[in-house]
This record gives sequence, structure tokens and C-alpha cells, in this order.
Amino acid sequence: MNHPVAAAQFNEDVARTEWHDQALWFVREKRDAAMRQVPEWEILRETASQIKDHVLSRLDDYLIEFEAHAQANDVRVHWARDAVEHNQIVFDILQKHQVTRVVKSKSMLTEECHLNPFLEQRGIEIVDTDLGEWIVQLADEPPSHIVMPAIHFKKEEIGVLFHQKLGTEAGASDPAYLTEAARQHLRARFLAAEAAITGVNFAIAETGGFVVVTNEGNADLGVHLAPVHIACMGIEKLIPRAEHLGVFLRLLARSATGQALSVYTSHFHRPRAGSELHVVIVDNGRSVQLGREAFRTSLKCIRCGACINTCPIYRRSGGHSYGATVPGPIGSILSPGIDPKKHRTLPFASTLCGSCSDVCPVKIDIHKQLFQWRQVLASEGHLAPSKRRAMRLTGWVFARPRTYRVVGRLARWALRRLPRFLIYARWNRWGRARDLPEPPRYSFHDWYLKHRRTP
Amino acid sequence: MSSRDDILKAIRQNKPAPAALPALPGFPPVTGDLVTLFKDILEEISAQVVEVDDVSAIASALATRYPNCEHVGSASEYVAGTQRVEEGDDPHTLAMLDLFVCEGTLGVAENGAIWVRDSQMVHRAAPFLTQHLALVLHKGALVGTMHDAYARLQIDEEGFGIFIAGPSKTADIEQSLVIGAHGPRSLTVVLYEENQA
Repeated sequence: MNHPVAAAQFNEDVARTEWHDQALWFVREKRDAAMRQVPEWEILRETASQIKDHVLSRLDDYLIEFEAHAQANDVRVHWARDAVEHNQIVFDILQKHQVTRVVKSKSMLTEECHLNPFLEQRGIEIVDTDLGEWIVQLADEPPSHIVMPAIHFKKEEIGVLFHQKLGTEAGASDPAYLTEAARQHLRARFLAAEAAITGVNFAIAETGGFVVVTNEGNADLGVHLAPVHIACMGIEKLIPRAEHLGVFLRLLARSATGQALSVYTSHFHRPRAGSELHVVIVDNGRSVQLGREAFRTSLKCIRCGACINTCPIYRRSGGHSYGATVPGPIGSILSPGIDPKKHRTLPFASTLCGSCSDVCPVKIDIHKQLFQWRQVLASEGHLAPSKRRAMRLTGWVFARPRTYRVVGRLARWALRRLPRFLIYARWNRWGRARDLPEPPRYSFHDWYLKHRRTP
Repeated sequence: MSSRDDILKAIRQNKPAPAALPALPGFPPVTGDLVTLFKDILEEISAQVVEVDDVSAIASALATRYPNCEHVGSASEYVAGTQRVEEGDDPHTLAMLDLFVCEGTLGVAENGAIWVRDSQMVHRAAPFLTQHLALVLHKGALVGTMHDAYARLQIDEEGFGIFIAGPSKTADIEQSLVIGAHGPRSLTVVLYEENQA
């Protein structure tokens, strides 16, 4: 996937780009309002950041502690090195119980592992029950956002989709009507499910339990009815103690949607009578990222999506342009660690304005890591030839003061004298969407020389 | 080597130098009357609040609030309902409930959340399958913040516990808030004055 190419396609529809930008900014503003309700916001962020730093430095101990307590509570714990192993573990559990119908609540990890197609190929029906995720599943698309998976859809398009797939009235696009149709349809799936899969927002080492957060109640409807619950979590989801939930939960929903708390914050510790509870702990490249000094703090992420909502590039290029499970700024520092060649354009999908770092509830220095990834990708030879040539030429000019001055003079002259069609010819990519600045009459160097001579 | 050992070994090799676990700072307490704050935030998050002076008034208050609910399941000693929700029931049968009533452990004034334990809801599915939900809470069971809540709760005391903050909702279609996504279409919180226990 090439972000600039995909973003350019997205931008062809100017009105839609504007609409997408506004939709995300609206969420950013709700986050700001919620943040202002909490005077100790910065203390919370700093505390959360330090707790996560501590966890990363003792991750092995906490995983072992979590496992021991979970097992003592009759929770079955599995470990998966990578996506393939994760999918196989889930499949084996389902097969053991002869499950053919599964409901799943939102889990970016199972998206990352491409669990749905894996199970579907093996004859298992899997339904994403978060409304936004179900919409993208019906449309056969990946989510475009980690918190609002269908944020790129207009209600009229969802109306058409539901008309085709569910037989809702043609032309109906009222969100309440469409949500009701989904409710009726999915209720039957919940009642018929033989297993339920969820993600994990936080796993607590001290108690061996875990927390799952939703607004719709879809995770709970699934797991409290089906005889098997499988919760899939990345190794980085741990927190040491129950009291730390207070810190993270106060930050999470406010950062994500501007709510003081999500509607349902479920704490699982033991399976309900007559059912099984499984936890699959997944590495899938995380332990490698942990070893990258410059990038390890990306593992502190609690997946609130605040950096995505505020990002001027994301807002104007859409989630699909990133071609990664997690789009936006945080995804652009996580994805190159998984596949640097495939995701080589992502760290450049940023103005380095730093807004992502400003809103991050666990204080990840996202924009700095974007900048550092650019250097890593360049030194590993992953840059596009055009970018490499341009950088080499610029570097060559910058290293030669005389040449630099001549080029500067030429550029100032050219910008003033040359006709527009020449200045804004095909080669000028910068000038495609904006005018170049009016050139100054002389450079600072010229100015300095002139004024130094005057007594 | 097992996957478990592989993963733990990779973490040990790659983890950063030890970083101290910070002590939780003394977060400022919520200022103001907890009951007022709690009621205000509940209304903000589309829940209804009913106040009663005495537990004997809970059932009639709910009957007034939900006059058309035919099947009322209750796990609360204060409300008879049309049926008791019992442990032996198949949870799937709870799908016909119009209203489910149970008690909560504590309420959080900063966000309107109410903690409900396994034993209080009897069936974990009940608060989600019902069309409407009523949570009964003593006014003395309110705390200010989530920090206060976790200081009071022992989250692994029972197999399952949940903070419920409002009716089920979604904004997945063009950011339009719709109440009643998959779970209850309304939440009524009954706050009672006297402690009859």
C-alpha cells in the first residue's frame, strides 16, 4: 500500500474529504471538552505513562503473575507467538466444542491476525457484533478506524447496504431505523452463538482478570450467552493492579469519544457456571518492538484513537489509505515494525505537527517516532527512488554553500520571472494544491553581508 | 521450547531497564454534593433517575415509570416483578424480559457508573437481554471518582463485575447517537434514602 497514492484518490472527492475531516474533528472537540472536566488530567496522563513504562520493564514477570492468578480462577491461558498460532489456537478450541457459529466483539488484535477469513475458510460463521464493525463486515471492507470502524460511511450508503443485505426499506437512511434493524438481526445471532470472542482492554496481573469496554453491550451479550468465551490479548495489555484501572479508565473513554466512561466496563475473573473462559496471549512481533529502543513506547498504547481523530493527515486521507490494521499516527509507528517494506510510506503520512503526542493519554512521543522511523527506513533503503533522489540532491546542495547560494538566487529569479505554466509544471508536486510563497528579494546571507559592511 | 517460554525469553532479552512503578498520587476528591452530581451526569448520559424515600416505594415507582412492561424480571428483594430471575434458568429465556431490576453495589459521581456484581444480577446476561433495565442503589453507596470506587471494591470478589453507565448506545452511523443498540433501550436508576438492611 502506498499512502500518498491512496490519499490522493481519497482527496479526489473534495466534498467528502471535507465531510470526513469535520466528522473526526467533532470527536476531537468532544475529547477536549471531556478533558477539561478533569483538572488533574495531566497528572493522570503522567501517571498512566509511568505505569506503562514500568510494565514494559517487567512485562515477563507480570505475564507470569497474570497467568498464575487466571489459572487459579479456572481461566485457561494460551500463548501464541504469532498470528498463525493465535488463529490455530482459537480454531482448535472451537473445533473441540464443534462450534459453527461465533459472535465477536471489537478486537483489533483479531483484525491484525486476520482471524475472520481463517475461520470462514474452515466452515465457521463469524459475526462482528459492534455495529460499526458489522457494517464494514457486510460491506466486505476492513475497519477504517479503531474506535469508529465505519466512520468513512455516509448513512445513505449504510441504508443501501442494509437494504441489499437485510431487506430494510429502500432509501431509508435514518440512523435510529438502521440501528434498530441491526439490533433485531444481531439479536438472533447472539442467541444462536455457540462461542463468543472478545478483545481485552486491560489485563490485571494482581487478580488474573481482564476488562472489556463497549458502549453497545455487544461483548457482554455474546459472552454471557455462549458456552465458550475466548478473549484475545496482546502481551502489552497488562497493568499491575486493580487500582490502576481507575487511572486508565478515566483517560480511555474521555480520550476516545469524549464520554466520562464507556457504558459497559466488564471485569471478567471466572467463567460462569457451565461455561469455559479462555485467554489467548499473543506476541506477533510485540517482543521485537520491545527491543527497539526508539520505538518500544509505542507498546504503551491503549487504543483510544485520540491521535487518529486529531491527525490532519488522517482526517483528510481516510483510514483505508494507510493499508494497515491500525491507521493514523499510532499505526504509522507500529506497522513499520511489523513489515518495514510494506508500510514504508506511513511514517511520511504526517506533518510532524505533534498534535498526536499532545492528545495521547499515555504520553507516547508519536511524532518523534514518526521522524525516527523515516531515518530508519531511509538507512535500510526502503524509500521510493524519487524520494531518495530528491533527498540525495538536496543533501548535495546543502553540503556546498556556494552551490546553495547560486541555486537560491536562481530559484528566487525563476519564481518571479518565469510564467506560471512553467513553475507549476508536472514536476512541481508541492505546487499541486497550493501556491509557492512569494520569493524574498535577497537571501539572509546577502542581507548580512550588506549590513556588516556599513560602518 | 513452548510458545510461552519463547515469548517470555524474547521479552527478557528485549525489555528496557527497570522503571519504577509510581505511587498513585492523591487525586483531588470530587467537590459538591455526590447525589446531585450523580443525578446530573446520569441525565447527561441518557439515564433516568427516580428518588424514593423508602425501599417500599421502589416497586410502585418502577410500575409508574414502566407501565407497559409485561414481563418484569427481578433479582432485587425490593421488587417482586412478574418473575424471579433464578440461577437455574437458561439465560436464553431472559430474552423475553421487558424490564429487569437488580441492585447495584456502588455508584460513581464523576461518570454515573454503577457497579453490579455477579450475585446481584444472578444471570450475567440479564442486564443485556432485557429491553429496559432498572438499577436500585442506596444513596449512601456513592463515591466521587473511579479511584474511590476501586479503593472500595474488590473486583475479583466474584467471577464477574461490571460498571454500567447508561443505556446501551451507539454512534456508529455518522456519529448520530442512538439509544438502544444491542442492550437495554433505557436505564432507570432508583436511588433510595433509607438503609433497610
